[in-house]
Formats: sequence, C-alpha cells, structure tokens
Amino acid sequence: MEISKTRERNAVFMTVKGRMDAVSSPEFEKEMEELIGQGEKTFIIDLSNLDYISSAGLRSILMTAKKLKTREGKLLLSSLKDVVKEVFEISGFSSIIPIYDSVESAFAEL
Amino acid sequence: MSKIRLPARLENLEKLLQSVASFAEEKGLSSKRIREIELATEEAFVNIFNYAYSEQGTGEVEIDCSMGETFELIIQLIDTGIPFDIATLSDPDDLDAGLSERKIGGLGVFLIRKMVDEVQYRREGDKNILTLTFRK
Repeated sequence: MEISKTRERNAVFMTVKGRMDAVSSPEFEKEMEELIGQGEKTFIIDLSNLDYISSAGLRSILMTAKKLKTREGKLLLSSLKDVVKEVFEISGFSSIIPIYDSVESAFAEL
Repeated sequence: MSKIRLPARLENLEKLLQSVASFAEEKGLSSKRIREIELATEEAFVNIFNYAYSEQGTGEVEIDCSMGETFELIIQLIDTGIPFDIATLSDPDDLDAGLSERKIGGLGVFLIRKMVDEVQYRREGDKNILTLTFRK
C-alpha cells in the first residue's frame, strides 16, 4: 500500500494505492491519526488505484470517519472501483461515508 | 490442487493470498472474482489466529485449493486450534446504522458469507476444517 498526500484547496488530498488488508491497514490508520492530531479536518482520498480492501481496511476507515465526525471534520472518498466498491456497498459503508465518482466531484462538495 | 502450510501469523497473509490468487488465475477466474476469493480467504485466516489459536498463541494453517466437479473453486482451511465454527459468529445487525452508531467490528465473517457460494465447517479429531466454495 502506498499513501501520498498534498494540501489542495483547503483539504488534505490523499491517494491510497495497492491494498488495504490486515497487514497494511494499521499504517493507514496511523497516518490518519497523525494528520488529525496535527489539526487536519478535511480529507479527500482518491481510491482509483486501490485494488483491494478487507474488513481491516473498512475498520480503519470507519475509525477515521468517526474521529473526524467528533471534530466536525470531513472524510470524502472518490473513485472506488470493482471489488472495493462492491465491499463498500454490501457493508453499508457507502451510505455513511460520502463517496464520489471523481476527485473533482468530491472537491465540489467542499 | 495446491497446498500450502504456514504458521497462522499476520506476516504470512500476503504469501497465503498470493498462493490462492495464483491458483485461481491459473483456472481462468476473472480478476474481480479472484479479489473476492482473496478477501474471503483473508477473513477466514485472520479469524483462525484470532479465535482458533487464541489460547495457545499460534499454530499452523493448511490451505488447500482445488477445483470441484462443476468447475467451482474450493478452498479448505485446516487448523489444529480449539473448536471454532465460524458459522456461530453472527452478521452485524447495524448495517443500516448511521456513522456514530455503527460498531467497529463484526465485518470479517459477514464478508466471507457475501463472497462465497457456500461455507461449511466440520471438526475432525483435533482439526477445524473450513471449506469455502466459489462458483465462477
């Protein structure tokens, strides 16, 4: 899993590439914790190159979304595909975490 | 048929999933189906070391991949941990809950059930045998 981030239009814009599984998800969680600890509140994450996510990844995303909610922050995800999109839908995550077809439409929400 | 035996530790997850994915790829399954199979396998493997081996620390898991008579892919996970039937874990009951109410755990077994066509458990002597069946 590869995470990259930049600041863009008042948000932290990240891309997560590769796989979020039981081994790599803790790294994502840690990264998010650090950024939130630094006071960052708005995140847009491009998942167009995320090939795979397991329950471990879903848990990390849920924990991050919950943390942000208590700080009146926002987590927006964009460009989910294939099995990642499928997993989000069947687990009901697509109703609780805002999901967009493109990075631009996510930014348009801010 | 492919067979792999590894200590049930997180560090072996990637090796295990690669072995399963290679087998499925060889048999011509679509890449989406292969990801679904890897997902179910990961969740089953993680549950084995969280539950079956929770008392003794760790042990080995054997994973056998084979094709059935109607070209379904069969994955069997065999461990020698305490009796642990995955079917006794229930699905989350809060799939429709809002963000604050949604509980953190419980999705592993649920995802297995959603990805497979059939899941069967049996206990044979000192072994847990979990069989996951995937149609193309």
